[in-house]
Amino acid sequence: MTGPVAAILPGQRLHLQHGPIDLVIGADGDRDAAFAAATDRFQTVLEELVQELPLLRRPVGDAPAGLVAQRMHAACIPQAEGVTFVTPMAAVAGSVADEVLAAMVAAAPLTRAYVNNGGDIALYLGPGARFEIGLAGLDGIGLGRACVDADMAVRGVATSGAGGRSLSLGIADSVTVLAANAAAADVAATLIAGAVDLADHPEIRRVPASDVQDDSDLGDRPVVRAVGLLTPDEVARALAAGVAAARQMRQRGLIVGAALMLRGQARVVGDIAPRAVHDKQEEGILAHA
Amino acid sequence: MPDDTPRRPKPEKIRCDACPVMCYIADGKAGACDRYANHGGELVRLDPLTVIQSGARAVAFLHDDAQAQDWDGDVIQGDRTFVTAVGAGTTYPDYKPAPFIVSQDVEGVDMVTVVTEGIFSYCGVKVKIDTDRHIGHERAVVRVDGEAIGHVMTSEYGSKMLSLGGVEHLTGGSKKEGRVTCDALLRLCNRDAVEMQIDGGATLVVQAGKPPVINGAPEKLMRVGCGSATIGMFAKQWEGHVDEVIVVDDHITGVLTEHEAGKQLGMRPSGIRINGRRSTPGRYFQVAEPGTGWGGTDVDDPLTVLRPADPKNAWPGLRLLMVSTTGEQWAFFTLDEELQPQPADITPPLLKTCERIAENCEPSLCSVLFMGGAGGSLRAGVTENPVRLTHSVKDALTYVSCGGAEAYVWPGGGITFMADVMDMPTNSFGYVPTPALVAPIEFTLRAEDYAALGGHTEHVQPVDSVLNPEIRKVLPQGGPDPHTRQHHRWSHSRKGRK
Repeated sequence: MTGPVAAILPGQRLHLQHGPIDLVIGADGDRDAAFAAATDRFQTVLEELVQELPLLRRPVGDAPAGLVAQRMHAACIPQAEGVTFVTPMAAVAGSVADEVLAAMVAAAPLTRAYVNNGGDIALYLGPGARFEIGLAGLDGIGLGRACVDADMAVRGVATSGAGGRSLSLGIADSVTVLAANAAAADVAATLIAGAVDLADHPEIRRVPASDVQDDSDLGDRPVVRAVGLLTPDEVARALAAGVAAARQMRQRGLIVGAALMLRGQARVVGDIAPRAVHDKQEEGILAHA
Repeated sequence: MPDDTPRRPKPEKIRCDACPVMCYIADGKAGACDRYANHGGELVRLDPLTVIQSGARAVAFLHDDAQAQDWDGDVIQGDRTFVTAVGAGTTYPDYKPAPFIVSQDVEGVDMVTVVTEGIFSYCGVKVKIDTDRHIGHERAVVRVDGEAIGHVMTSEYGSKMLSLGGVEHLTGGSKKEGRVTCDALLRLCNRDAVEMQIDGGATLVVQAGKPPVINGAPEKLMRVGCGSATIGMFAKQWEGHVDEVIVVDDHITGVLTEHEAGKQLGMRPSGIRINGRRSTPGRYFQVAEPGTGWGGTDVDDPLTVLRPADPKNAWPGLRLLMVSTTGEQWAFFTLDEELQPQPADITPPLLKTCERIAENCEPSLCSVLFMGGAGGSLRAGVTENPVRLTHSVKDALTYVSCGGAEAYVWPGGGITFMADVMDMPTNSFGYVPTPALVAPIEFTLRAEDYAALGGHTEHVQPVDSVLNPEIRKVLPQGGPDPHTRQHHRWSHSRKGRK
C-alpha cells in the first residue's frame, strides 16, 4: 500500500497525492511554512475518511467524527433539507481542499493561497487580494474568467459534470459554482450538474451506478453513461432545469453564483455573471443562451 | 432512465490494496484514483510499459525521432524488441516473481529478460559538471531548498563532480531532508533542471544533457586544457606574433617564454612576472582565488594577476597576450616606457589563436549517472535464491540494464550499478514516499542459465504476449542492445576467448 506523496511542481506549486486525492497547492507569503503545514495535515486525511466511509456513503444523517467528514456533513445538511438525495461524499473533494487550506492559513502568514482538488478549489484571500479563475470547457477552450476579490463572500469554487471522475445523475458538460467555501461549492455543483437533465430521453443512456463503481454512494441510482444528439431546444430545457436548482440554492444563500454549460450553450446564475465572462467572445456564447 | 436490459451476473471484482480506500474494482474498470485497474482479475498500474525497438533502425523514416513516436507498425520487428522495466510495476516487498519475465529467441539463443521496477532506498546520482569555474570546495554540502542532498566530490579533468542522494540523505536525516533529496534525485534522473546551492560556493542549475548554469550564467565551453597544456598546444602559432603569452587558469597558469615550449622556440625571457606559486618553470599554481571569472579564477581584470615587470628583462613595446583556457576571455597589451601594460589593439593572427582555443573546447554539459543497489527483495523477484543472481551477474552470465541503458556493475558484493539517465527513455523514474526512487532494472540471460540459478521459469512468457497497442515505443538511445551476445561470457568462450 502506498502512502501520501508530496512533490513540488514547476511554478512553486505543491502536489500532494494519496490514493484518489490529488491536490495542487499555491501560496503567496510564507510559502515554505504553508506547504509544510499542508503536507503535514495531508498525511492522515485519506485514512480519516476511510475510517468513516460507510457512514459518509449513506444519505446525510448522523454527524461524523472526522474533521474533513464534518465539513462534508455541514455542507450537505442544508442541501438535504430540500427533496434532494445527497450523501456527504458529494462534498468530499471540496472538504479536503478546505481542510488543507485551513491548516496552511493557521500555520503561516499568507496574502493569498489556494488548494485545488481536481477542480474543487478552496481559496484564501488576504485584504485586497484577488484571484482570477479561468473557466475552460472539456475541450480546453477558455470560457472566460471569474474574478474573486477579498470583499466577495466567495472562498470556494467547484466544477462538476461529464468531464469529472465522479458519476453524474445529469447530463451537464460542466457546472461551475462559487460559494462560501469549497465544500459548499462542491456539493452545489454536483447537485446542479445532476439537475441539468431531460427525463426519459431516448438519447440518454443510463446504468445503475453500482454497475460502474461497486462502491458508489449512489447505489443503484441511474447514472448517465452516454448522451446522443440533442436539439438546441432540448439543451435549453435541460439547462433550465439546472438553472432552477441553482436559483433556489442562491435564494437560500447556499451559493453565490453558478455557470452551467451544455453542448455550446451556457447559463449564468447570480454573481458569477458580470465578472465572470467579460470578453466579447464570451458574451457571444452567453448571447446564445 | 435505467437500462431495462436484464442484469448480467457481475464479473469477479478484486480489492485494490494500493491505498487505504481499498476499492473493489470490476474487470476492465479502474479504481477511484484512475491509477490502478482490474485487468482480467489482475491489479495493474495504468502507466504504460515501455519497450525499445531497435530492429526498426534500418527503416529510413524512423531516423526522425518525432516521427518515430507516431509510428504504429509491428512492435516486434523481428527479434529486437527489448522490454524495459519502465512502467512495469514492482512486486516489492515480497518474493512474488517480477512483473514481467519474457523470453525471446535472439540469434538462435533462447534469452530471458526479467523486468521489474526496483524501489531503491540505496541510491543516488553522480553528477559531472563540465566547468573549470569554482563551484565550491571539495566536501562542501550541496543543498536544495536549504536541505543537504549531497556534497562536492573531486575535481576531474575540466569537470567538477557532485555526489547527491544516498541512503543517509534519503532516510538518515530529517523527514524534509529525505523528501527534498528524493524529489531532487527524481527530477535529475528524469532530466529536469534542479537548482542547488553549495555551501560557500555557487548556485547551480543542473540538468542532464544541458550546460550547467553557474551563478545565473550558463556555462558554454570546457577548457581546451590547463594553462600549461594550452601553452604547449599553441606556442608554435604564437611565435613571431607576440613576445609573451599568459594563459590564466585556476589550476596551472602558463607563462610562454618561461615554459619549456617557449624555450624550445628560443623565445627571449620577457620579464613579465605573475602572482602565485611556481610549480616548474612557466607553470604557476594559485595565481588568484577560485571563482567564476577567467579560467576558473575570480579574475575579471587580467592585470590583477601581474606583478611589476622585471626591468632587467622587460622592454618598452613588449607585446603581451593574456587569454583564458577556454579562449572566451582575452586581452592584448603593450608595455609603455615605465613597463606598465597598456591596452592595445589585438592583431588578426593573435585573435585567430584565441578563437582557435575556443574552437577546440567541447561544449559544457551536465552528466547525471543514476547509481543504485539491487537489494534482496528485488533479487527475490528474479530468483528464489537471490545471491545466485549476484553471482550470475559477476560471472557475466547475466547482463544488467537500466531502462534498456547500459549499466556499469561495480565489482565486489551486491549488484550496485550506474547508468546514464540520458541513455534511458524519458521519465523512467518514479518515487515512493519511503522516500526512495523507483527505477527500472532488467536482467537478461540465457533461458538455461535462468533455470540454473533457480529462476521463476514457470512465469516466463513469450515477449509478444506482453506487447499491446498501449505500450509506449521508444527508439534505442544509442547504448548497446542488452541482448547482444558479447555481453555474456558464454559468447566469449565460444569464440575461444577467456
